[in-house]
Amino acid sequence: MVTAWDIAAAVPDPELPMVTLADLGILRDVADQDGQLVVTITPTYSGCPALREIAHDLRRRLSQAGFADVTVRTELAPAWSSDWITAEGRGKLLAAGIAPPHPAPPGAAARGGPVPLTLSATRREPVSCPRCGSADTTQTAPFSATACKALFRCEACREPFEYVKEI
Amino acid sequence: MTDDEFTAYQSLGEDSEDHRWAFGTGFTDPLEGIDASVPEGVDAAALAAYCLMLGDDALIYSHRLQQWMTRLPELEEETALANIALDLLGQARLLLARAGQAEGAARPDGHGRAEDELAFFRDEHEFRNVRLVERLDADFAELTGRLLVFSAWRLALFGELARSRDQVLAAIAAKGAKELTYHRDYAAQWVVRLGDGTPPSHEKMQAALGVIWPLVDELFRADPVTAALPGVAADPAKLRAEVDGVLDTVLDTATLDRPAAAPTGLVAGHSGRDGMHTEALGYILAELQSVARAFPDATW
Repeated sequence: MVTAWDIAAAVPDPELPMVTLADLGILRDVADQDGQLVVTITPTYSGCPALREIAHDLRRRLSQAGFADVTVRTELAPAWSSDWITAEGRGKLLAAGIAPPHPAPPGAAARGGPVPLTLSATRREPVSCPRCGSADTTQTAPFSATACKALFRCEACREPFEYVKEI
Repeated sequence: MTDDEFTAYQSLGEDSEDHRWAFGTGFTDPLEGIDASVPEGVDAAALAAYCLMLGDDALIYSHRLQQWMTRLPELEEETALANIALDLLGQARLLLARAGQAEGAARPDGHGRAEDELAFFRDEHEFRNVRLVERLDADFAELTGRLLVFSAWRLALFGELARSRDQVLAAIAAKGAKELTYHRDYAAQWVVRLGDGTPPSHEKMQAALGVIWPLVDELFRADPVTAALPGVAADPAKLRAEVDGVLDTVLDTATLDRPAAAPTGLVAGHSGRDGMHTEALGYILAELQSVARAFPDATW
């Protein structure tokens, strides 16, 4: 049986259509509350302009599947982390030429002090090229076409590529 | 293109309805479905004023950064600054929406203004941003220097606010802190590169700091709104040590001197937090608000 979760989970992300909302970890919950279907999503970044599209796509796909009463709600806490991208999602990103994120730094509670400053653009953990696998890559910009990615260039195959930032 | 990819792209075009995110397209509440209640014992009017202060900082600064678009030296910097401006605009939307909720809780009729009402239909003296964010950058050195000061300060502030008694404010801050970490590192790396670069780049970076520094003191000034919100708001004076530590590290690495400039004075005891602004804000609001004010019921 196809559940409401299955339908919501399969909705593609508007900015990264090769992965689904479940792959990205932005689909937090699907619950039946007295006949009303409540879908909870969380934004990746505060200014993510895709959130509205996502809510719209969820409502449309669920209503097409016969769920008449659908509410999409936002949740801000805990804040989204790139660690929530599933193994399957990482595989899909890689296949599409986007390097998946390294583990995120510990949050404020676990760190228990000010956020350390990074003055070098060179990363401690190298980001490998999604095309040729070389670890000899250079970050060309810490941001990219979307807030969640950085721009890299592979020094081995000379191809530019994107990297989903750890956050 | 694989079949899977094709299906994914096709599904994006399945629907012709226009949902671009802009004035007149029918905003959705960015806090939709989040518990809007104000915690017991918290002064709701003060909470509204506080969220407005922090929301205005982000809204006005985001606009200043957006004005750099198409004017930057390289595409990579353009992308970076567009994303930083977008993050700040997102923070502004959340904070203005929270201000509206708290405003409603403080009023007998329960009516609080919506985020676009707050952004587009307030006058200059009703804005509560610090004066630092209003300035027009003269060059790239001023852009990176100011972004460093602003993001170092806001990151320290959001670090404190992540423990706020107001759960909504705490969630906005915890989320925003992650974004500000990237903004601060980006700005810091540029300040080091320019300061420790060529003689002309060093000179320009040092001159830029001299222009920015008089507006730094205001960031740490006590204000009555914060004082009315113990456990909810963060005491600006307590942020100074952390921010100074970060700025000193960056300036040392960049071989730059900390300017000894005197702070920009108050006007009859008032500053940005009291609605007393520099003339620069008027020009920003004219650009930001003119369409919304000329066509208040516009849809497109």
